Amino acid sequence: MYVAVKGGERAIENAHAWLAEERRGDTSVEELSIAQIREQLKLAVNRVMAEGSLYDPDLAALAIKQARGDLIEAIFLIRAYRTTLPRFGSSNPIETSEMDCERRISATFKDLPGGQVLGPTFDYTHRLLDFKLAADGETIEVPERDAVPETVPHVTEFLNKEGLIQDEAASEDTPPDLTREPLELPADRALRLQSLARADEGFTLGMAYSTQRGYGRTHAFVGELRIGAVSVEMDIPELGFAIDLGEITVTECETVNQFTGSKTEPPQFTRGYGLVFGQSERKSISMSLVDRALRWEELGEDNVGAPAQDAEFVLYHGDNIQATGFLEHIKLPHYVDFQSELELIRKLRREAMERAVPEAAE
Amino acid sequence: MEALELTGGFFDPAPEAARAFRQIMTVMAKPGTILDLDQAEAPAPVSKAAATLLLTLCDPDTGIYLAGDADTDAVRNWINFHIGAPLVSAATCDFAVGTWEALAPLSQFKIGTSEYPDRSASLIVESDVLENQGAVLQGPGIKDRAALSLPETAAFQANQMLFPLGLDFYFTQGSRVAALPRTTEVR
Amino acid sequence: MSDYNFAYLDEQTKRMIRRAILKGLAIPGYQVPFASREMPMPYGWGTGGVQVSAATLTPEDTLKVIDQGADDTTNAVSIRKFFEKTAEVGTTTETSAATVIQTRHRIPEEDLSEDQILVYQVPIPEPLRFLEPRETETRKMHALEEYGLMHVKLYEDIAKHGHIATSYAYPVKVEDRYVMDPSPIPKFDNPKMEMSAIQLFGAGREQRIYALPPYTKVVSLDFEDHPFDPSKAPHACALCGAEDSYLDEVITDDKGGRMFVCSDTDYCEKRRAEGHTGDLTKETAA
Ligand SMILES: [Zn+2]
Repeated sequence: MYVAVKGGERAIENAHAWLAEERRGDTSVEELSIAQIREQLKLAVNRVMAEGSLYDPDLAALAIKQARGDLIEAIFLIRAYRTTLPRFGSSNPIETSEMDCERRISATFKDLPGGQVLGPTFDYTHRLLDFKLAADGETIEVPERDAVPETVPHVTEFLNKEGLIQDEAASEDTPPDLTREPLELPADRALRLQSLARADEGFTLGMAYSTQRGYGRTHAFVGELRIGAVSVEMDIPELGFAIDLGEITVTECETVNQFTGSKTEPPQFTRGYGLVFGQSERKSISMSLVDRALRWEELGEDNVGAPAQDAEFVLYHGDNIQATGFLEHIKLPHYVDFQSELELIRKLRREAMERAVPEAAE
Repeated sequence: MEALELTGGFFDPAPEAARAFRQIMTVMAKPGTILDLDQAEAPAPVSKAAATLLLTLCDPDTGIYLAGDADTDAVRNWINFHIGAPLVSAATCDFAVGTWEALAPLSQFKIGTSEYPDRSASLIVESDVLENQGAVLQGPGIKDRAALSLPETAAFQANQMLFPLGLDFYFTQGSRVAALPRTTEVR
Repeated sequence: MSDYNFAYLDEQTKRMIRRAILKGLAIPGYQVPFASREMPMPYGWGTGGVQVSAATLTPEDTLKVIDQGADDTTNAVSIRKFFEKTAEVGTTTETSAATVIQTRHRIPEEDLSEDQILVYQVPIPEPLRFLEPRETETRKMHALEEYGLMHVKLYEDIAKHGHIATSYAYPVKVEDRYVMDPSPIPKFDNPKMEMSAIQLFGAGREQRIYALPPYTKVVSLDFEDHPFDPSKAPHACALCGAEDSYLDEVITDDKGGRMFVCSDTDYCEKRRAEGHTGDLTKETAA
């Protein structure tokens, strides 16, 4: 006897219980603490903060733990939490020129004021598995840190003094807020950058890489990459001055792009820009390449039809929470749609067969 | 500030706003239907129904235009305290409140664009009379026909001709509300 | 769950959604952009419908949630629980007892009344999207009422297959103006859209809300020589014998055995309670 499937509720409860058990894994192994994740999986925490659009290392670490290390799932947890937070106001723009740099490099000048500061980078590590880390009781040698001056000038400012790079005029306009307003096209640069800042790292990387391989090439040099803490300030109208809300660590990348001039612009260097929460070098460099590619129109360049030049394509497909939700939803029941397709295919086949039969008889 | 400027908001905002919205949605979905709407109270001359409409639908993201006698310091203070909406000109407002005469001419309000017909103003028309007789209404939301006491017919006929652009109207009288979207044919 | 506001969303978000719903009702079939929020469930799982329901529900409401016509499909269960927790509304599986019905992919078989609201979950609100992927282009097409592309597509189907090869999410024209996506309901359900209840459509990921007031003119696109055909498979429900309901096909064994049962579980149960039987229930009774 056929019995209609019942008990969805029970099935869900069981699945959740099983999930909790799997998340914990073997209970004879010590449980991860939030502090451990925050301190020792910092780059994962940074990515979750960046794409979750919420600067809170502890919450990001909690999300990673809850998501069993699935970073997109963790980003999702942070995004869903973020939307419930009340909004008290907006900070002033952060001053990255006053950044307390822990890393600052330029690919365009061998030496420059402020110097090259490697900081904590994988760049020159040999990618050899370090089996010492597998053994307990790791000891850390505290290295001597490079002395970094208090403030380090931006590399692009040196070029700007000579008039060799396109000047980016400061704007007093309040940038649009993607999290509060639906995306509207054409999107101005502020909106594009905002969208890229929270876009999926892998997507942004792929898009940036495609420009390097010729799909909308922009001849990018990393003018500067800097990582460090900046203070966040907010104007309090009642007080008449700005108060310091605390510090955040960000990664800023400015690319210097060769530009031979267009109908509207003289030959000069142009810029691509990336700014991401935490130490997120790959993402910020990718972001600046994509930013630059998307600027073809305002710089009077040709649209060569490259994917990275297509703002609508990039902005509508870079969000991993939207993408993963829609992609994975196809595993939800679609009996009804499928049934209607089934009927249609049967009907078309039947008719095609009927047409074929008399022909075969001839 | 006078006492009334600080009072007259929702007592329990989430459920009361939800109930108010359902009344508002119902009248917008069913032109000609008159329902009670009395959860909020603003300083005179704003009716309870108009006050509830503003409190339910407006916030710092929506510009309000106060027309004629509705534009008093007390009303401005009430909106500032309870809603926080900017008070703006007729040409840029999202919501306008006033009598039919005070709101004229209708041509001063946003009617949306062909790509975004939703970027139009909603007018809250404070009325002396609100009853199911007078102009005959037909269109979406109306089974056969409905009737509503409208201040005139020509303006609404002209507005309907603009569809999908145009203005949407709420008519308020005391603690009652009716609505007339741009789709309704008025005779 | 006192940590969250009534119906989960904060009041400012609800106001924004409510304004979009009202514009949608005033411009039937037009997709109103709204700043969809990240919900605690994935995009594609009904975040648009959930946001519309959250902005619509009052504490006095009785909510029904269906997915594929059924109340006990896992996602329907999950969404119903969400509102039980966050809005403390009563819930029901009985179509006629519900004041708000959130649905994915079906319209209930039973006629809805003027006091009911049907909220659809919509994945891709743009009916022209599969013909033109660019939002900037489709927006222009709606503005100019330029729907030639859609007619060409449907006519190509006829030329190629003898039929319009769209069986669900079959496009409709609303009040002779906007071409609208009815969400992925089977075309069998399209004629029901001219109904007494208010219909609201929420697309979370795509950030659009649209609406149909009661008794709005909703016409499935067709051609004079190829009129719209809402027909379904010529079977009766094996459980309740209904011949007028949309059916799920169920595979009963690995030898090609199959049967058809109502997709609307409440409709089927009600009929069986009234004593109707189908092939399967007759056999067991005998
Ligand atoms: Zn049945």
